[in-house]
Amino acid sequence: MSDRKSGWTRLGEREAVISGVGQSEIGRRIYKDPLGLTIDATLAAVEHAGLKLSDIDGISTYPGNLNQPPGFSGVGVVELQDALRLDLNWFCGGMELPGQLGAVANAIAAVSTGLANHVLCFRTVWEASAQGDQGRASVTMGGGGDALRAQGFLQWTLPFGAPSAAIWIAMMANLHFHKYGTTREQLAWIALNSRRNAEVNPNAIYREPMTHAEYMDVRMISDPLCLYDCDIPADGSTAILVSRADSSDDLAREPVRVQAVGTALRGRPSWDQFDDLTTMALRDAAAMMWERTDLKPEDVHIAELYDGFSFITLSWLEALGFCAQGEGGAFIEGAERIKRESCGVPGSVALNTHGGQLSAGRLHGFGFMHEACTQLWGEAGERQCLQGDGSLPEVAVAAAGGGPLASSFLLTSG
Amino acid sequence: MSDQGAAASSETTSETPDLPFRVMPAVTVDNEHFWTGGEHGELRILRCQACGYWIHPPAPICPQCMGRDVIPEPTSGLATVLTWTINRQPWYPNLDPPYVVAIVELPEQSGLRLTTNVVGLDPEEIDFGLEVRVTFLEYPDSRGSVWLPMFEPVNHV
Repeated sequence: MSDRKSGWTRLGEREAVISGVGQSEIGRRIYKDPLGLTIDATLAAVEHAGLKLSDIDGISTYPGNLNQPPGFSGVGVVELQDALRLDLNWFCGGMELPGQLGAVANAIAAVSTGLANHVLCFRTVWEASAQGDQGRASVTMGGGGDALRAQGFLQWTLPFGAPSAAIWIAMMANLHFHKYGTTREQLAWIALNSRRNAEVNPNAIYREPMTHAEYMDVRMISDPLCLYDCDIPADGSTAILVSRADSSDDLAREPVRVQAVGTALRGRPSWDQFDDLTTMALRDAAAMMWERTDLKPEDVHIAELYDGFSFITLSWLEALGFCAQGEGGAFIEGAERIKRESCGVPGSVALNTHGGQLSAGRLHGFGFMHEACTQLWGEAGERQCLQGDGSLPEVAVAAAGGGPLASSFLLTSG
Repeated sequence: MSDQGAAASSETTSETPDLPFRVMPAVTVDNEHFWTGGEHGELRILRCQACGYWIHPPAPICPQCMGRDVIPEPTSGLATVLTWTINRQPWYPNLDPPYVVAIVELPEQSGLRLTTNVVGLDPEEIDFGLEVRVTFLEYPDSRGSVWLPMFEPVNHV
């Protein structure tokens, strides 16, 4: 990979800010209409930012309106626009993006090029309700009608009984274990740290304490991943408002600044052909993000990193440089360097402070951006992280995606 | 969707009652060499006729020399287990865990990989670096057979 740092001549993301965030009710099987959830999150974010609905002139969403797999979406740009009768200058919805938060990267690009002033970004899921009482394993990709025959990447995995990213990620984790000596005993701390944070998050789904022994004893899904390495299907909508940096005077609070964005994909775009299977495309997204700033990993106080499966979080920690490649297991062991009290402690970073998708629920990427901003604004309540001198965190990373999909965002307060 | 897997199963296994449910690939002119080579006992991969580079998944251009003359050729059928997992979660009717899902690398070229099942062994015996060879599993249905390339240990009796 060539050194591309000198090639960046314009850092347009700094012309965009996060002006507000909002969430609907979050839960398991709350059986609410996904458009209603989306409207709840949207109105909350607009109010939070101190804006009016008529100020919104852009919408960006992932993955657009799909009806498969069940509960994965159900709301696109047009449903939200029509329900609220918004006048839009720019919009975008789809899933061929650098991860779920690629929708936010698109919004930042639109705002910094002047195509829109205030872009409402949203992600809505109702997977828990869609699965009903059947459980997650009832929802497997590629079944039904013409889809009985798999196309694209899925043709290379579905015929071999490998329909889930649990299996694809398990093979990456196993190679990491084999090459670097990482263990299940170490990986457990991603889930345990998240559960401990969820205990003090009133909106988290699973808040009962979890012990290391409980993690080790739970049933395996696909070696070396167990049930507690997999996130929890949830219902809920998250909205993130991206605004022009020069609109600050109109806002309810000092916006969160976008210092740098990483959206790169420099390896092969699949789960099994990537050059180094002990990491993923997130390696490239993280590298690009650091190429676009003078800040360093040691400057980061808060890291909200995707945990669709726990190993993805470990991989993000390594890729973002909080520890070296291969040293993620030792870094997270005991959670001393990732607990929320480690905010601002040299060599540490407070990780997934809301409980991540593992315990707070699978809001699919957007929950991490919501939490990063909430922490920077000092609005996280009992789980609020503070530096040693009692001051609020000032630098956060929000990142989402696994396999060939990834984007990361370096955010700063004020 | 909660019962869709079961519905799909009854549809596709009606002609093949002895085989567990698996989602089959959509066979097209671009990939039929891969999915039907097993009829002739061959694991076929696209190869650039200008520089010899193997191309998988199939694409109509060589990423190494940009040559457009790419045609399927048989490989040795040998491979090495690069990484693996023992899947213990039931995903499909009658496809009972535990079973091994692996990424194997072919000796023809560094980085030439397939996701597959390793069969013919106790799943607990799977290991990194295991030497394997292709074995085809034919799945017939109304749209024609597909031969799934699976792998077994080379010392498999």
